Amino acid sequence: MANMQQQKTPMPLLSIEKRRTTFEEVALGYSTEDAINEAKRCLGCKNSPCRAGCPVGIDIPAFIAKVAEGDFEEAYNIIQKDNCLSSISGRVCPQERQCEGKCVRGIKGESVAIGRLERFVSDYMRAKKSLDKVKTNGKKIAVIGTGPAGLSCAGELLNYGFDVTLFEAFHKAGGVLVYGIPEFRLPKEIVAETVDDLVKRGAKLETNAVIGRTLTVNELFEMGYSAVFIGSGAGLPMFMNIEGEELVGVLSANEYLTRTNLMKAYLDEYDTPAVRSRKVAVVGAGNVAMDAARCAVRLGAEEVSIVYRRGEDEIPARAEEVEHAKEEGVIFRLLTSPEKILDDGCGRVRAMQCYRTELGEPDASGRRRPVRVEGSEFELEVDTVIMALGTTPNPLIRNTTPGLETNAKGCLVTSDGITTTREGVFAGGDAVTGAATVILAMGAGKDAAKKIYEYVMNK
Amino acid sequence: MYKIIEKTYLNPTVAKITVEAPLVAKKIEPGQFIILMVEENGERVPFTVADFDSEKGTVTVIFQIVGATTMKLAEKEAGEYIAQFAGPLGKPTEFGEVKRVAVVGGGLGCAIAYPQAKYLFGKGVEVDIIAGFKTRDLIILEDEMKAVSNNLYITTDDGSYGEKGLVTDKLKSLAEKQRYDLVIAIGPVIMMKFVTLAAKEFDMPVIVSLNPIMIDGTGMCGGCRVMVGGKVQFACVDGPDFDGYKVDFDNLMNRNRAYAEAEKKAVEEHKCRIGRTEGH
Repeated sequence: MANMQQQKTPMPLLSIEKRRTTFEEVALGYSTEDAINEAKRCLGCKNSPCRAGCPVGIDIPAFIAKVAEGDFEEAYNIIQKDNCLSSISGRVCPQERQCEGKCVRGIKGESVAIGRLERFVSDYMRAKKSLDKVKTNGKKIAVIGTGPAGLSCAGELLNYGFDVTLFEAFHKAGGVLVYGIPEFRLPKEIVAETVDDLVKRGAKLETNAVIGRTLTVNELFEMGYSAVFIGSGAGLPMFMNIEGEELVGVLSANEYLTRTNLMKAYLDEYDTPAVRSRKVAVVGAGNVAMDAARCAVRLGAEEVSIVYRRGEDEIPARAEEVEHAKEEGVIFRLLTSPEKILDDGCGRVRAMQCYRTELGEPDASGRRRPVRVEGSEFELEVDTVIMALGTTPNPLIRNTTPGLETNAKGCLVTSDGITTTREGVFAGGDAVTGAATVILAMGAGKDAAKKIYEYVMNK
Repeated sequence: MYKIIEKTYLNPTVAKITVEAPLVAKKIEPGQFIILMVEENGERVPFTVADFDSEKGTVTVIFQIVGATTMKLAEKEAGEYIAQFAGPLGKPTEFGEVKRVAVVGGGLGCAIAYPQAKYLFGKGVEVDIIAGFKTRDLIILEDEMKAVSNNLYITTDDGSYGEKGLVTDKLKSLAEKQRYDLVIAIGPVIMMKFVTLAAKEFDMPVIVSLNPIMIDGTGMCGGCRVMVGGKVQFACVDGPDFDGYKVDFDNLMNRNRAYAEAEKKAVEEHKCRIGRTEGH
């Protein structure tokens, strides 16, 4: 008989006082007892709707059944068949819109906490994995980018026995998992360990390798790589193109987060200057916006606002991030749109002029379109404006690789989501889809490894 | 880790280091830059390349010791290592079809102007270099510049060497005699602004090399955005060279001051730490 407790087993959290001053992880993870208790809430539905909601199709009821039995190792093995980065996805997936959104228990009460269980199992096994060096088949594959797509592709390529080299433009591997997602949501130790695991299994890692500049895709083939995977993500920040955007104090979320997370500007022993602000407005309401706002709180800002032109229901961020941001004191200024950033007379930001909106008919994205309320203009006093409006793929690789086609948005054109227009070149993640989620990128990386295997073996 | 092969001082505040970085050395062209980190917990700092040797696999950067990072870099000796070195970044300079070029360098900018002059001179282009310095003691690369130009004109603000005056005055007096097909201006933003205005009087095109604040150097942070022809451009991927006529220099000067306070503090702290070490 299932545990009929209506609510999810609560996740222990770091105290709010501590959260406002440190970058320590907020969600502390289940204990063994918590995990078994929560696993017993699963009804083990035969048609497993949760599994259909998972972008990589993990056999969720099967792994949860093993957790309920206390066989965490077997639960881990089941997850690993479809997801080799589960410590990460357990923390950052928008479960409420995927697996948990389909859970039958969610109809009356809360869904089973699938994400928390995935995280528990993966963390439990962290120190216990056995990592053997792969016996290679002698074929070299180049993986460009070490974000979720590249890491999962590399992991899967090792499973096939390839000799894998990862190329990273930055000085540290992990892509968005290290420069973008903050420590308090995804400890960097976990990312580093994921990379180390690949290296222990035989992958090579080349940092400071800006493909398109340091080396080109053509040169990789000349160097003897049989195939190339592009998982370079979507790293180019978008701006609003409004007046005052060039003022000092206006930053892309990418810059703000990179300074904070990759360069560790918040720690005294690191040299990169942090952006110290008094009043911050973050424009946008996706995960990146929440990350930036919550970093601003931790960097000591007195007032941090999310400024978003649509309403609560349209917020694209993960539910838990919105909840945590609110707990930490972030103000949500919804149905509000910026139109101008105002100068203090010395080239710095003094305020942001905004107007109120109301929601009209649905637009092309299917979401209700924000419409300006006439006469509602007001000034929001701020000294820092962070633009978290989304990102587009970096043109460096496409501009230097003959035969590689992209669409109007700069995304790589593929015949099947993976195979690009250039022979031997495969791609996945945000470089193909435009900015999306970590789990979709992981799934694409894994699928690409299979395509690469078929391509190389039939050549 | 990247090994420092050679280090010399060009004047008391300007140092030159040559670093072993074969992949970068093989690819780099005049106008491009690199990003380095002195230590693992350091800043990522962009430097335009002063020279390179593709065969030896080395890249040379010349830098002024002004901030915490350049102080740490200057403390490294030949045989020691720096943590990170990435490049080449940015687009190579596009000179177009030119026969007669004025290369105008201001202070440390001469180090960046030098490879441009060397490249053009090597292609048989007639090159005049106008190099401006505050005073005699700060002059760098005089012999090197002489070797890659038809004429080298040095100006100093105080008249302690060469001609007294500004590079803009020299450029104007030379252009009055004979127009240049292209002016390349590299130096402080204010100098590039006025060289551009001077060149405009003679209807000579100007290329300037910009050096805004940046982190990644691959188009990711947007910190290096500059207004060019009324449009936002990223110096790291769209530049660092731009048409001088179109650059909003005033905005760039303002943006470059963004972290001045933090930098001042970092320098003081670094000096403070050195003080402590020496005390032991």
